[in-house]
Amino acid sequence: MILDEMASRCGEWLKGCGPESDIVMSSRIRLARNLADYPFIRRCTDIDRANIESTVRERLTNKAELKDLTFIDVADLQTLDRQFLVERQLISREHANSDGARAVAIDQQERLSLMVNEEDHLRIQVMKSGLDLVGAWDQINDLDDRIESQLTYAFHPKLGYLTACPTNVGTGMRVSVLVHLPALVITQQIEKVFRSLQKINLVVRGLYGEGTQAMGDFYQVSNQITLGKSESDLIDQVGDVIPVVIDYERKARDFLINEKQNDLFEQVSRAYGTLQNAQQISSEETMFLLSRVRMGINLGLIGDLEIPEVNQLFIRTQPAHLQKLSHSELDTDERNVERANYLHSQLKLDGGTEASNN
Amino acid sequence: MKCQKCQKQATFHITDLTGDDLLALHLCPDCAKGYLETGDSSEDAPVISDVMSKQLKPLEQTADDLRELDAKECPICGISFYEFRQGGRLGCPHDYVFFGEDLEPLLINVHGDNQHVGKQPKRGITDTESQTELIRLRRQMKEVVEQEDYEKASQIRDQIRQIEGEGSASE
Repeated sequence: MILDEMASRCGEWLKGCGPESDIVMSSRIRLARNLADYPFIRRCTDIDRANIESTVRERLTNKAELKDLTFIDVADLQTLDRQFLVERQLISREHANSDGARAVAIDQQERLSLMVNEEDHLRIQVMKSGLDLVGAWDQINDLDDRIESQLTYAFHPKLGYLTACPTNVGTGMRVSVLVHLPALVITQQIEKVFRSLQKINLVVRGLYGEGTQAMGDFYQVSNQITLGKSESDLIDQVGDVIPVVIDYERKARDFLINEKQNDLFEQVSRAYGTLQNAQQISSEETMFLLSRVRMGINLGLIGDLEIPEVNQLFIRTQPAHLQKLSHSELDTDERNVERANYLHSQLKLDGGTEASNN
Repeated sequence: MKCQKCQKQATFHITDLTGDDLLALHLCPDCAKGYLETGDSSEDAPVISDVMSKQLKPLEQTADDLRELDAKECPICGISFYEFRQGGRLGCPHDYVFFGEDLEPLLINVHGDNQHVGKQPKRGITDTESQTELIRLRRQMKEVVEQEDYEKASQIRDQIRQIEGEGSASE
């Protein structure tokens, strides 16, 4: 099945390439769209939901230019598989946990995902590795045009694209950059950075969106306003501030290197050592330690591991991925053992003398 | 207006902000006193706090308006403004037209603006009135089927098919 293939692959946002990819994990843009001839999701009957799903599926897959999309019936999936898609950022937690007919369409490279029947009828998303909002916009704008040629969106001349929640109306767009800020966390400056971002109407969230904690020192910076600004203004609003955040993080890293070198070396090598040798380890601790290791690689403190490999570990050590890769359902304790085994095998292999062959 | 708990004249118009959602209450002086002192409420309202008493005054004049607004229902999808305020999600695209003025303060508050300036559909802004009509007809269809009025249902089905046919013919 398609999900099993995906488990062994690497999604676009984890590639660890693109501009500023030592600090910027990924750039993401999503558009909220609704069909003009159905009520919003909350007022949909089961039949409405099923009809929306089948209409979208038929109209888009019949079209040659959208043939690269694979539709997955999310309602039909096991809980584990839904969680797996959440971990890969292809569907939201809300989409995974809701009821009724719903689907997601994704492309082979996992650069785009199209959720059907989430909070809005359509949630279109494009992801790029590194800092590349303009590239993401070009792709999603084009995809949106292609979908719009097949379906009539709810659009109002004055209010723009109409969404179930008035907080998304207008462009229906959320621009989001996932940044890795371990040094700002260690130097306790992160709160200060957040406060200044909030002052300019930007939102900061954890890795998996609203209400999630910042795992592994990853933070999503995104726009709050969707109405009254053009798409390019919104992209600039986020895009202009990210270099400033990057600069803060680099300065904090410089400070750690110059002023706290011994502490930093200790933290990084302990983190690496623990990941290599633990007998059982939780997801949270893994994220925490991988974050240190990731920074250590970027600062040249770890030479036998590459960023893309660490990025992969972040996702493959998460509960659903771990179970997918081991082809078994595991409870928390079993996962902690399996996770340690997995890390041991991955890091030993790469850290060993044969690593240079790869 | 009558008190929600007894039949006396309601003179206290309370908006309870202590829970997750806004709760509008219209009470006579006696019931209001009881409510404010004990936090008792027939609508499972959370225990009243000082915050609420402070809210009481400024909202007093507008409470009637609020009640009237809450009762408004979209003719297309049937959602009331009260339901929207409770759930935070609108019922259909037409709500933005039907509740247009009522949503204005919210939009200004959230976005600082009320005018879209971004992308527009490539095919131009098409008239979506017939699509909106489809939403209403499908809802009506469900109602008449529930009432087992199959004659009416088949009429509505024909109307739906006609509009759907027009839609695909123009594409």
